[in-house]
Amino acid sequence: MITQPAIKNSYTTDKSAKAFLVLAMSYLLFGLLLGVIGGFQYILPPFLKDQLSFQQTRPLHVYLVITWLFTAAQAGIYYYLPRVSNRPVYWRQGVWLHFILQLMVSLFIITCFFLGYFGGREYLEFPPLLGAFILLSWIPFAINFFFTLKPNYKTAPVYIWMWSTGIIFFFITLSESYLWLFDFFHTNIVRDVTVQWKALGSMVGSWNMLVYGTGMYVMEQTSGNSKPARSPIAFFFYFLGLTNLMFNWGHHTYIVPAAPWIKNVAYFISMTELLILAHLILQWRKLMSEARKNYHRMPYRLLSYADGWILLNLTLAIIISVPAWNYYTHGTHITVAHSMGATIGINTMLLLASVFYIIKKEKPEAFEKRKPWVGKGIVITNIALFIFWASLLGSGLVKISSKSNNESFYNMMQKCQPYFKVFAYSGIVILLGLFILIYSAFKILSGKKELKTL
Amino acid sequence: MIKIVAFISLFVAYLLYSIIVYTKGTEKNIVVSADEQSRIKNGSHLFQRYNCTACHQLYGLGGYLGPELTTAYSDPVRGELYMKAFLKAGGPRMPNFHFKEEEVNALISFFKYVDTTAITYKTH
Repeated sequence: MITQPAIKNSYTTDKSAKAFLVLAMSYLLFGLLLGVIGGFQYILPPFLKDQLSFQQTRPLHVYLVITWLFTAAQAGIYYYLPRVSNRPVYWRQGVWLHFILQLMVSLFIITCFFLGYFGGREYLEFPPLLGAFILLSWIPFAINFFFTLKPNYKTAPVYIWMWSTGIIFFFITLSESYLWLFDFFHTNIVRDVTVQWKALGSMVGSWNMLVYGTGMYVMEQTSGNSKPARSPIAFFFYFLGLTNLMFNWGHHTYIVPAAPWIKNVAYFISMTELLILAHLILQWRKLMSEARKNYHRMPYRLLSYADGWILLNLTLAIIISVPAWNYYTHGTHITVAHSMGATIGINTMLLLASVFYIIKKEKPEAFEKRKPWVGKGIVITNIALFIFWASLLGSGLVKISSKSNNESFYNMMQKCQPYFKVFAYSGIVILLGLFILIYSAFKILSGKKELKTL
Repeated sequence: MIKIVAFISLFVAYLLYSIIVYTKGTEKNIVVSADEQSRIKNGSHLFQRYNCTACHQLYGLGGYLGPELTTAYSDPVRGELYMKAFLKAGGPRMPNFHFKEEEVNALISFFKYVDTTAITYKTH
């Protein structure tokens, strides 16, 4: 009897890719925990007010959850790179260098937040110097990506375009978000806010490219069909997405007294999302029948949930991009619903599809054993997320009504309390659902290497 | 080849658009004294150092636990004294940051400046 490792096609960097996976899921777990604490600070204002105030829980939650997104995407890319290119990763030590740099930067950032050292900028609330270290930590990743793949863009599938775009624009937008360090930007609040929205809006687009590219790759591998990722329609939507990444950010600035043409360009570009929505609706029956057919495949199930969330979130995005409605929805929890739907519903589902695709390849037997739990985790997360999402919409509508009636902030917050309670409690259930998934992933990954009998 | 040309064209358009956004349409037209300018700058740094953005928004950027502050200065219900009271003592949700008198004044100058720029808010 001859035995050999179950994975014939294994590479020396798989271990580091798995280390990135574990790191990414740790970010998600702690990010969720901080999110739940922050949620309770809405309904119980004195809760940890002096020990861990909202001033700290929010940046910790935001940093950890955003870092989960791009670290999980990077983990997948490190795992897929040698398989796509058919050659080992160009700079193996570079993968570990990236890992160590990222871990150190994260520990510094988390320590700064706990000690109360802030940079005080939306999304990037850590001291500005640490932003430079984040950029530095991405350099080995970029080197490995481009030098391993040596992409031929004439024939490359769309996910390689998406990954490349994500990496390039992350460097551009993170650098752009620090332009405020120059007085030319910082002493003019209108310019500062406009450029900040521009940088952040496009930065979200950059990590979406990494995540959607990963989703496309997993879809290709699970379906065994390589045509969709090379089809003209895939490239049409890639270029539409790229245009939105570059110019759509302006819909955040309808309330900023910048030049009207910035807003007009943004409005026009935002409305091109209707094409994506129409495509999704037209394809919906096909997507549903494919989803039913492949429901037993765990990564496919996660991808199907992500599709549902894309439909909901895109509809919401289009509604809040209309200037007349944006005036009311901006600054309410409707915007939060949009970002939570995108972060958890779309991006996290796509990334978990990638996580479980890798895990299944690495440890098929252990995965099969824990599959029922993974299935339960997915259902619990999605049901709770829908309730959470709806409660955010509800509190947003209450805020709009209070604003229209010129009610005080205190009254408005009191009226929102029932919705805040639903959002805080459903947040716990989301934590529970995702904990089941993360625990299952950790359990499988930490198990013994599987052997296959020939 | 078409894909590469399309990407390069979009990228060039993005670079040009970025330069225009950085330099046009956001020119400053508010004149303040050098002293006031220095207080505004100080207030802006304090706003960031204490991570006020976690709970408060300026032009839609920031959290929702506390009220939007873009037009708080000219708000007939809130206004300078109301804001000063919160800055000095905190509130049910807001920690007491123990700001010194000059820090409170710097923050107020900053909010006043932001409020002056908020034409779109007030004309809506």
